[in-house]
Amino acid sequence: MDDEKTTNKNPANKKPAMISWRGDVTKLSSLRLKGFALAAPPMLWLLFLLTIPCISFIFIALAQRGEYGDVVWNFSAHNLKRLIGFGSFGWSIDYLKILGRSLLVALVTTVACVALAYPLTFHVATRPRKSRVFWLTLIIVPFWTNVVVRTYAWLLVLGPNLPPAKLAAWVGLIPAGTALYPSSMAVYLGMITTFLPFMALPLYASVERLNWDLLEAAKDLYASRWQVFRQAILPQTWPGLSVGIIVTFVPAMAMFVVTDILGGAKYMLIGNLIQQQFSQARDWPFGAALSVALMVMTLISLSVFRRRKINLDQNINLDQN
Amino acid sequence: MTGQIELGLMVAQAYKSYGNLQALKGVDLEVVKGEFYTLLGPSGCGKTTLLRIIAGLELPDSGRVFLGGREVTHLTAAKRQVNTVFQSYALFPHLNIFENVAFGLKARNFDPTQVGRKVGESLEMLSLSGLEKRYPHQLSGGQKQRVALARALVNEPEILLLDEPMSALDAHLRAQVQEDLRRLQRSLGTTFILVTHDQDEAMMISDRLAVMNNGVVVQTGTPRQVYSKPTNQFVAEFLGAANILPARRQGNQLFTNLGPLHVSETPYWEEGHLAIRPEHIVLEGEIPQGSVNCVRAQVREAIYRGQSLDLWLDPGPLRVRTNTRDRLGPGDQVSLFFPPDDLVALDNQPSRY
Repeated sequence: MDDEKTTNKNPANKKPAMISWRGDVTKLSSLRLKGFALAAPPMLWLLFLLTIPCISFIFIALAQRGEYGDVVWNFSAHNLKRLIGFGSFGWSIDYLKILGRSLLVALVTTVACVALAYPLTFHVATRPRKSRVFWLTLIIVPFWTNVVVRTYAWLLVLGPNLPPAKLAAWVGLIPAGTALYPSSMAVYLGMITTFLPFMALPLYASVERLNWDLLEAAKDLYASRWQVFRQAILPQTWPGLSVGIIVTFVPAMAMFVVTDILGGAKYMLIGNLIQQQFSQARDWPFGAALSVALMVMTLISLSVFRRRKINLDQNINLDQN
Repeated sequence: MTGQIELGLMVAQAYKSYGNLQALKGVDLEVVKGEFYTLLGPSGCGKTTLLRIIAGLELPDSGRVFLGGREVTHLTAAKRQVNTVFQSYALFPHLNIFENVAFGLKARNFDPTQVGRKVGESLEMLSLSGLEKRYPHQLSGGQKQRVALARALVNEPEILLLDEPMSALDAHLRAQVQEDLRRLQRSLGTTFILVTHDQDEAMMISDRLAVMNNGVVVQTGTPRQVYSKPTNQFVAEFLGAANILPARRQGNQLFTNLGPLHVSETPYWEEGHLAIRPEHIVLEGEIPQGSVNCVRAQVREAIYRGQSLDLWLDPGPLRVRTNTRDRLGPGDQVSLFFPPDDLVALDNQPSRY
């Protein structure tokens, strides 16, 4: 061990190796023990309740559905084949379409949330300190309400013979007397209102600490509006924005409540499909296969995203002067 | 102004308020092309607001701004041939030094080969060659400041604005940078406008300066004019130390509590103040017979300052700055001579500032 070596080199120091760490002077071994003791509970929690279940899904995905919805452990790639379209009735594109649609909905939701969160957070961050609390509360209030309840609220708002539906009927978008749901628009409305706070709060943390000198410097150096955003705002808000994108995109990929209520039967996403497999269909192996597919797709999207951000987040916030 | 002198900048009757705070109360400013001009004043005097209005980062409530004879009052910063060195330097942390300096040229779509050449020249001029690939956080304070200068100067502005650029540097480096900046300005011939609260810096660096207080320009002139002939008490006391003597005028005679004094320029007022710098009062061994402006005084306190010896005298309190060879201490009797040319009658409107 390193500490023993240094002790031996210095004969004057015969005491056990003491180290200073964040204002404490302690024995290295006892510090290590403390560290393990503190880190163990969350590590065990993640191991048993996240890592092991996720890995077990890979095995379940390779198993078969028994006649009564039980899991039969004879391994084959049957479920993977089904996933890419080779079902009992020949090849169909349905499942791939659902996967593609899920990706599209998650992407559109994320992009829309980014586009809305920037003006929103700039508005809040530039208010006087006192009224900022009020605006932040308005953003946080939806968190206090269950997502199902909030989604049902949209049913009321978009219902037939109410001003929004009447306006749409008057313009000729929908027949008179019908509701604005089920529709893509209703799904996106529901998705964006659900996820906007997830985007806005981390972004706000970055926008609030914005160094406005950099914006002025960019303007002073002839930057266009886009260049001011790209060179002065985006790099500074990247830490918050990247967190917002991840906490929006990942759950949006797996969302099923909103599409279930506002999208109708035709608007199936992978989240709905997985939910069906584990409930009505009682087909755990296929549900597991879909879950693994979702996980892989999410991981691929995130790694593509991580690669794109190179050169943006390096060196940020290191400039102390 | 004679016909030969070309105005680089003119500000006419600029007003600016933030809520109840009046930052500028009718500022007029004329800066000659190619001079090093300084806006000097205590914090909160409106000097930075004025600089931001010149830069185009702030719009005056009323008043007009002219650059080289062209009105630019309502033009944004991007549309003015003016560049700024910010107090915080405001270097882009995610861009390296080359990209930082190239920013203004790239934003205006300069030809890439030209960008490379101009940035190279600019970095060389400020002895930054070799640091192109570094990032701002890898540089020292002095280097960052030079990058900020290079980033502004590479655009060849008509006017370079400097917002307290020396405030983040330590005293030793600051003196060096002040000299470098002055030399740089002389060799480029570009108009520089510097904002500072440091009167020594303003003195040594500028061709002319404007002393500001409470949103008004109190006095303008060369450092020598402003220092030796302050027009009012604020300027006299802000630019170094000054003895302020209440005085009454009877005809051409001025009476103070030190006795009658002669002044080379007789003031218009009946009652007012005279100012004299501590180092302008002459210490003499003997008062010549029948001489004017001579006073006997006693040393109350002597402060050794290395380069000078400061004496507080009675009657007074009167401050005299002398050289350290004089070995004077409390209780010593001295004779003082007040040169009439150095006794300045102050403007009699202290309440205005």
